[in-house]
Amino acid sequence: MLNSLLEITGLEVAYGGIQAVKGIELHVGKGELVALIGSNGAGKTSTLKAIAGLQPSSAGEVHFDGKSMSSVEACRRVSMGIALVPEGRGVFARLSVSENLLMGAYSRSDAGISDDLQRMYDLFPRLIERRDQLAGTLSGGEQQMLVMARALMSRPRLLMLDEPSMGLAPLMVKKIFETIREVAAQGMSILLVEQNARLALQVANRGYVLEGGIIALSGRASDLLQSDEVKRAYLGG
Amino acid sequence: MEIFLQQIINGVVQGSVYALVALGYTMVYGILGLINFAHGEVVMMGAMISLSALTALIGMGLSPLLALPLSLVLAIAVCMLLGYGIERIAYRPLRHAPRLAPLITAIGVSIVLQNLAMMIWGRDYHSFPQLFVNQAHQMGGAIINDIQLFIVIAAVCVMAGLMFVVHRTRLGRAMRAVAENQHAAQLMGVNVNRVVSITFMIGSALAALAGMMVSANYGLAHYYMGFLLGLKAFTAAVLGGIGNLRGAMLGGLLLGLIESLGAGYIGDITGGFMGSQYQDVFAFMVLIAVLLFRPSGLLGERLAERA
Ligand SMILES: Nc1ncnc2c1ncn2[C@@H]1O[C@H](COP(=O)(O)OP(=O)(O)OP(=O)(O)O)[C@@H](O)[C@H]1O
Ligand SMILES: [Mg+2]
Repeated sequence: MLNSLLEITGLEVAYGGIQAVKGIELHVGKGELVALIGSNGAGKTSTLKAIAGLQPSSAGEVHFDGKSMSSVEACRRVSMGIALVPEGRGVFARLSVSENLLMGAYSRSDAGISDDLQRMYDLFPRLIERRDQLAGTLSGGEQQMLVMARALMSRPRLLMLDEPSMGLAPLMVKKIFETIREVAAQGMSILLVEQNARLALQVANRGYVLEGGIIALSGRASDLLQSDEVKRAYLGG
Repeated sequence: MEIFLQQIINGVVQGSVYALVALGYTMVYGILGLINFAHGEVVMMGAMISLSALTALIGMGLSPLLALPLSLVLAIAVCMLLGYGIERIAYRPLRHAPRLAPLITAIGVSIVLQNLAMMIWGRDYHSFPQLFVNQAHQMGGAIINDIQLFIVIAAVCVMAGLMFVVHRTRLGRAMRAVAENQHAAQLMGVNVNRVVSITFMIGSALAALAGMMVSANYGLAHYYMGFLLGLKAFTAAVLGGIGNLRGAMLGGLLLGLIESLGAGYIGDITGGFMGSQYQDVFAFMVLIAVLLFRPSGLLGERLAERA
């Protein structure tokens, strides 16, 4: 747990009377790529929302870089280094591609924004041809690239991705995961939520399996890939 | 022909005022999906405050050249505070309540503001002090006076400024982002409450300016003037497509023209049966027609896209 960037203890999230997350422990080390897998309704999105501050937790603690996040508003967590690419992407459809990217840098006031903009266009060449196009007119895969680039524009220290492969064709999924690998290789700490457990565990260092709001299994990603339980429940045999 | 041109000029002047007020409705609707029915009262407050301030400053012996901008600035400042307060008190606690709830508090705020104005300024009409000779200029046989000229020029400049802010600045980007997806905007580090407050304050500043314009143009202000004006500007916003800034400007201008041309020719059309006192009817005929035939307005998107 030394060198831990994100540290979650006893986290609970409830919607009215429904408990979606029932006390989980999870951590992400610096430079680590951690996968969080689980079936529909397991509480993955709720966990990420609690970390980002979009959904209040009903119990437990989120520590980021040693600091408690309990009293930090969502909009301030961004400038502290937490970025979330939400489920369903959340592009600003009526803003242009470049405006979307600039929104990603909203919390910054340093001089490096235009350099980073260029870096994103290098990382996703598809976006540069479409920079003045409304984001709503992009294909699903291009939108996923855009929201990943937008999140990176905040210069996060922790990048959280909620089901980046959702609804994409295999080729595009491959491309998105290559990028995740690339970003991780540059030292970014990543918390990756995926339905596609095999793919997620293949790129991750470690993994957690969430079931009904509880961590059912955790460990090294390569071990989880071999585990009978994971194979049966999430890898189709 | 001269009459026609004159009605066009009157329509453009009145339309500029409608456009400024309609922008306030449409900005708030765009960002919160809420119709701020108290907005007309903010216009009234702007008119009353600027008029009182002007009278007081002139009474203190200030030159009109100083008193005019000072009283406008004061009215704008007070109205911005008012707009901020309205949102904080009447709307923010109901942000996630059913849509009917903020509509009812809006009506409540309107009644409170009207009564407040009545207590402060009474039920009488207040007249706008005559400061300059309001020179009339010939334009192809029709006439436009200094005040009308000022109204049109100021409205155009202010609207150009607003469009610049909304489409070319960081604040404007944040406003458009919040309008589209509040959660995603928060994830970018946008303080949504702050952006909402600023939106109300900008709308209220435009309302204060419009209020002063109306009272200068007609030479009168009254505690009840916000009701009809607000309703008409709302009509203009709906006509243009509520939530759409260009729509509010276009709708305001069109409504001003429709009213003015309608009032000018209604006697001819009905064979003298109805006179120009029926001017107000046109705004609401337009509202009904739009709601029947094009509920999303001229430049509006289909409502389904917002859902
Ligand atoms: N806004 C909400 N209101 C009420 N219940 C909710 C809300 N959001 C999620 N839930 C419930 O909480 C539970 C966990 O949902 P969550 O979205 O976290 O699951 P998930 O693991 O992300 O699922 P998926 O893989 O389908 O995205 C579900 O039972 C869901 O119905
Ligand atoms: Mg989910």
